[in-house]
Amino acid sequence: MVSSAPSFPPQIEEEVGKLLKLKAQLGPDESKQKFVLKTPKGTRDYSPRQMAVREKVFDVIIRCFKRHGAEVIDTPVFELKETLTGKYGEDSKLIYDLKDQGGELLSLRYDLTVPFARYLAMNKLTNIKRYHIAKVYRRDNPAMTRGRYREFYQCDFDIAGNFDPMIPDAECLKIMCEILSSLQIGDFLVKVNDRRILDGMFAICGVSDSKFRTICSSVDKLDKVSWEEVKNEMVGEKGLAPEVADRIGDYVQQHGGVSLVEQLLQDPKLSQNKQALEGLGDLKLLFEYLTLFGIDDKISFDLSLARGLDYYTGVIYEAVLLQTPAQAGEEPLGVGSVAAGGRYDGLVGMFDPKGRKVPCVGLSIGVERIFSIVEQRLEALEEKVRTTETQVLVASAQKKLLEERLKLVSELWDAGIKAELLYKKNPKLLNQLQYCEEAGIPLVAIIGEQELKDGVIKLRSVTSREEVNVRREDLVEEIKRRTGQPLRIC
Amino acid sequence: MAERAALEELVKLQGERVRGLKQQKASAELIEEEVGKLLKLKAQLGPDESKQKFVLKTPKGTRDYSPRQMAVREKVFDVIIRCFKRHGAEVIDTPVFELKETLTGKYGEDSKLIYDLKDQGGELLSLRYDLTVPFARYLAMNKLTNIKRYHIAKVYRRDNPAMTRGRYREFYQLTMTIAGHVRKEIPSALCIDSLQVNDRRILDGMFAICGVSDSKFRTICSSVDKLDKVSWEEVKNEMAVLLQTPAQAGEEPLGVGSVAAGGRYDGLVGMFDPKGRKVPCVGLSIGVERIFSIVEQRLEALEEKVRTTETQVLVASAQKKLLEERLKLVSELWDAGIKAELLYKKNPKLLNQLQYCEEAGIPLVAIIGEQELKDGVIKLRSVTSREEVREEDLKTGQNRDFNFYYGYFIDYYWQKWPDTTPFSYKALGA
Repeated sequence: MVSSAPSFPPQIEEEVGKLLKLKAQLGPDESKQKFVLKTPKGTRDYSPRQMAVREKVFDVIIRCFKRHGAEVIDTPVFELKETLTGKYGEDSKLIYDLKDQGGELLSLRYDLTVPFARYLAMNKLTNIKRYHIAKVYRRDNPAMTRGRYREFYQCDFDIAGNFDPMIPDAECLKIMCEILSSLQIGDFLVKVNDRRILDGMFAICGVSDSKFRTICSSVDKLDKVSWEEVKNEMVGEKGLAPEVADRIGDYVQQHGGVSLVEQLLQDPKLSQNKQALEGLGDLKLLFEYLTLFGIDDKISFDLSLARGLDYYTGVIYEAVLLQTPAQAGEEPLGVGSVAAGGRYDGLVGMFDPKGRKVPCVGLSIGVERIFSIVEQRLEALEEKVRTTETQVLVASAQKKLLEERLKLVSELWDAGIKAELLYKKNPKLLNQLQYCEEAGIPLVAIIGEQELKDGVIKLRSVTSREEVNVRREDLVEEIKRRTGQPLRIC
Repeated sequence: MAERAALEELVKLQGERVRGLKQQKASAELIEEEVGKLLKLKAQLGPDESKQKFVLKTPKGTRDYSPRQMAVREKVFDVIIRCFKRHGAEVIDTPVFELKETLTGKYGEDSKLIYDLKDQGGELLSLRYDLTVPFARYLAMNKLTNIKRYHIAKVYRRDNPAMTRGRYREFYQLTMTIAGHVRKEIPSALCIDSLQVNDRRILDGMFAICGVSDSKFRTICSSVDKLDKVSWEEVKNEMAVLLQTPAQAGEEPLGVGSVAAGGRYDGLVGMFDPKGRKVPCVGLSIGVERIFSIVEQRLEALEEKVRTTETQVLVASAQKKLLEERLKLVSELWDAGIKAELLYKKNPKLLNQLQYCEEAGIPLVAIIGEQELKDGVIKLRSVTSREEVREEDLKTGQNRDFNFYYGYFIDYYWQKWPDTTPFSYKALGA
């Protein structure tokens, strides 16, 4: 800033100099020194409302993982820097490092897959089916990825082990479909491809080995831009011969079901490539299993699916929401994936001193996107999101009834009922009812002088305003009945 | 290669020489000279390639949670959170790191234990040291004055292991704040309105988990009540003494981490508020790690089996070439919400499938067999009793009825054999 300041006439500069000297004598401005009230760039707090949404989403996801017999693990938020080195290619520059404070060099985890591979190698495990839900950290450049967080949740599910082909892979896809269906965030499609098919296809089209990766990332853009643009990038920017680009174009613009797999198995050029044949054979088997799982109508074999990460060795997949015309007032979130994954057989071997391989296949749910979609939908539906689960407020109709309120709320808590009371000795009934409406509490148990004498409590429905007198000793049962709670405590 | 081996041998011998000299307490100069020689030799050797690759460990002071440890953790959190929900407390979450300036000046001497992030050209950041300061930052940022909120998350401290043996550098904390109303006539101390009597119940649940008996609990409450008459220091000391629970045989005594309220807490929020507004609070921090180890210890003592999955039934095949049927059946069970698994093998042996169930604690196995397929039935077998509970006449054609019927039986037998559920609450002292 200083370098770009305009120069003032000498007299002004002199007086400014005096001002700065005086200020320096004053010392640092104590009041301004305290802090800037904000979270770090790219991170955010979760308010109770956001936590309620998050909890619902995690609940659906975790229930699905458990339904498939997955165990759960957790790992530290940071790893030894060397554990993460060399695993993420170009993206390595986005890793958060910890300051060298004289001990080990550490970095915040970038994903949950590498820690998983480290966990397997460290514990010498040869098979496990696990899920892991935790935050990961990436120093994304906000100019490029507007709205992207630097701290965000990932939900990973992986099956590690040497098994008969494609059965675990099929289960991963089944899980992905179950979760996306249960979340009710709209129609979706799962694109499937195979690393070996991609590599084989590039080879027979005439792409040199050294250009594989960069051509791959161009092809990956086909879901966002047109083929002409992709071709221009490959030929114009990446130096690919136009005929080669055309040959690639013939393949990558295709997508379909198992019939496309069979068609390609007959393709004269592709069938000459060993790698591609392997990939196609596995995909054919995969489709058979997916049909038995009843999800073949949600799967599309898409030759343009390339996916970023280097460590995939076989099948790769990505789930996208099918864009519905924007509902009234809703901003379309755009096309983007909500879940992805694939097979990565070589990663654990990178951690094992003897290079022992443990084949893995897994998936990752992009929950942050799902949080915003669910929040948006709730707002559109004007559905109230409760941040507590309180079932009944214990209220008093007149003054000097605090003791009775305390006794009653305590009984309710001991019976496992979720209850609250206002933190006032003599609250007005109206305020107590208003509290219920704001918090979404469905019932209010009103203690009144007359009712006390009669040995009853007035139980009132907040929404319908209907009241009924309930005998004190029957109150717990009545509340449980109305809130659909089972009679045992836990 | 031979050269290197010879060099390595020299290094080893020189190393032994240095060690010997140190043991004999030889003169400092002599030791220095020999160490110098050793370092020179090592430098010639160059970096040891084979040692460079695989340091398979978590960072010092941190650990993974295995499925078994997660099962314990999940249960403990379940009890705690259910208690909070019962009392209508809300939950928040904050980022794992804060702006360095947010944490500066809040921890006194302990500040040197904060993990800083490397300056990579952006904001200066540090990992949170506790949940109290982020909490206060959150309250001030959202201008809240009336809350009942809790926060459970991991915090980070670069503890010196020599001083705090066995202490983790990454560990869970639970913090809770209840904001009270200040009684105007006693401004100097945290005044607790009668409301606090009830917020105690939130503490109730946590103390119960800590194993604090009812009578002790009431004493604690009364000391909290004294707050408007005595100094916070006295109350804190009293609470610390009261909360020392007698350890069961072989257990480490559990102490409550820090009960931070009154003075420090009030001031804390005030430091964050631009207008210096003070929000009197009662805050409580509990180190949950201790609770984890106590529960784990008790589980071991009770010799209770801890299941790490909740799978209810394994779909198995009795002969070869039945993979298709297994896939179809397991898929139907999943669609009906039943927790089911199958082995990832085309032709697994029945014995292996049964063994898998025993190891994982799966109570039921649904066996598909060639003959049964023809007859339209599935064999449902209890893994522990080995009885065939029933041969169900289930026609796979009528999917809806099949799922409902089948699911009913899964649930029915699930309840009949409670020892097959994930571990009981006994270990939690409930």
